Amino acid sequence: MTAGPSNATVDEGYNFAFLDEQTKRMLRRAILKAVAIPGHQIPFGSREMPLSYGWGTGGIQITAAVIGPADTLKVIDQGADDTTNAVSIRSFFRRMTGVATTERTPDATIVQTRHRIPETKLVEGQILVYQVPIPEPLRWLEPRESETRKMHALAEYGAMHVKLFEDIVRFGRIETAYDYPVMVNGRYLMRPSPIPKFDNPKMDQMPALQLFGAGREKRIYAVPPYTAVKSLDFEDYPFQIEKWDQPCALCGADDTFLDEIITDDKGGRMFVCSDTDHCEQRRAAGHRGTGAPQSYVAAVEGGE
Amino acid sequence: MSETPILEVRGLTKRFGARAAVRDVSLELWPGEVLGIVGESGSGKTTLLNCLGGRMPADAGEVLYHTGDGREVDMLALSEADRRRLLRTEWGFVHQNPRDGLRPDVSAGGNVGERLMALGQRHYGNLRDTALDWLKQVEIDADRVDDKPRAFSGGMQQRLQIARNLVTHPRVVLMDEPTGGLDVSVQARLLDLLRRLVRDVGVSVIIVTHDLGVARLLADRLIVMREGGLVESGLTDRLLDDPREPYTQLLVSSVLTV
Ligand SMILES: Nc1ncnc2c1ncn2[C@@H]1O[C@H](COP(=O)(O)OP(=O)(O)OP(=O)(O)O)[C@@H](O)[C@H]1O
Ligand SMILES: [Mg+2]
Repeated sequence: MTAGPSNATVDEGYNFAFLDEQTKRMLRRAILKAVAIPGHQIPFGSREMPLSYGWGTGGIQITAAVIGPADTLKVIDQGADDTTNAVSIRSFFRRMTGVATTERTPDATIVQTRHRIPETKLVEGQILVYQVPIPEPLRWLEPRESETRKMHALAEYGAMHVKLFEDIVRFGRIETAYDYPVMVNGRYLMRPSPIPKFDNPKMDQMPALQLFGAGREKRIYAVPPYTAVKSLDFEDYPFQIEKWDQPCALCGADDTFLDEIITDDKGGRMFVCSDTDHCEQRRAAGHRGTGAPQSYVAAVEGGE
Repeated sequence: MSETPILEVRGLTKRFGARAAVRDVSLELWPGEVLGIVGESGSGKTTLLNCLGGRMPADAGEVLYHTGDGREVDMLALSEADRRRLLRTEWGFVHQNPRDGLRPDVSAGGNVGERLMALGQRHYGNLRDTALDWLKQVEIDADRVDDKPRAFSGGMQQRLQIARNLVTHPRVVLMDEPTGGLDVSVQARLLDLLRRLVRDVGVSVIIVTHDLGVARLLADRLIVMREGGLVESGLTDRLLDDPREPYTQLLVSSVLTV
């Protein structure tokens, strides 16, 4: 890309949202198919994007196909709006569409994400776009695409439990913590992308539309609003989400996914919400945690 | 033995290009019976076995199978979904090379439990208990249950493959040279085990071998194949002691000289 003008203005010379209309129509057709068959992977003709694979080109193409001038876009990476990946995708769409962007989940109509689902409950009318590195949940046991396609078609999913079985053999519990496999609508086995299993229950019966894009593997899949999404497990080893023995140090939330932050070089650490927007909203509403250690606050403020 | 065969093969033909690897083969498998298929290398034994379950598409013929719930189906004409479901639930396949029939990086317990999980069993404790029970039946120490078969000896791998197949009590098991490539003493142990299991589980078996000693030990009946076609069939002792076809006589006598 050429060195862009300031990010408030739209780049001339590009079609709205970068992709040409024909490509967007092709993508929308794939998305509609995906919505019609929840959890089923639809191949699409992935386009070259001005970002390399691994930067979420699958998610970007979906967002480009569904975004309109009236939309408001939020982009997160690991729960944060300010990481390099999130910032560059957000500024890309600002330049290519001129749409409003936000960090506030309730204000967004489209949320593109890598590795998290926002803590703030999504509502009807919102679209959650996931960036997917590996779409095929059966790939670990079957390298042939023709065979995995057949296994999906015939719902031959028994072997998927072998993987969780092996977790229990090795660790005494189901150790899989990210990209935890789910059954969608009681029919298709799906990889939710590398979100923590903490987020899996949020996918179940979510009022928002969930779209998944894998750029390198050229697959789109979807979970329509209010669809059953169930995490695989065993009767005697039921699915469980991560728990922390302390609340967020900043906002005091005890029901969110927490990141561990090292606060000094003497082994000091604290746990804070990985969803930075949710954490800020809570603090703005007056919620407080135990607070960060003074040494850490001083170091961070001094460094800015 | 009951009056209807569990499997009736009629006019089965499989060509590779112009050559017929299996030529107009008809045979029957009766409930509880062990049927041996013998013949020299390249005679079409493996190809025949692969066609029976429909894993390899045949060019002509029928494979009529009497299902557990009393239906008669042609394995070659079934929809792929129905066929694969039957193979998963009522059939077993023991490969010559255990690598083809095992998941080398999945624990022995997981290998035995896979078919049960495929049938919907979702209780880890029960799956593990069943796996332990089957490891015992195939004489693998219980303390190997969490080990990966990659580290097992050839004989152990073969026994594990048998346990993995028999765990769901299939009605038909196809075995392709299950003792091939094993030391003689290991072979003997495996044969004893197979004999006992086949009797205990009451399964019907088709076993391919080019070892007539194996055939005599395990099979109730034998068929002899040559260049894709059936040469002769009969009760094992009769066929080996009193072969009628010149080719069978040759086959038997060459073994006697070994
Ligand atoms: N996939 C294939 N493509 C072409 N020809 C094949 C194929 N598989 C087998 N054949 C040929 O078909 C014939 C029968 O082979 P098959 O493997 O069934 O024999 P076999 O009796 O099992 O031999 P062996 O005792 O060596 O295992 C041989 O001539 C073989 O070369
Ligand atoms: Mg063979």
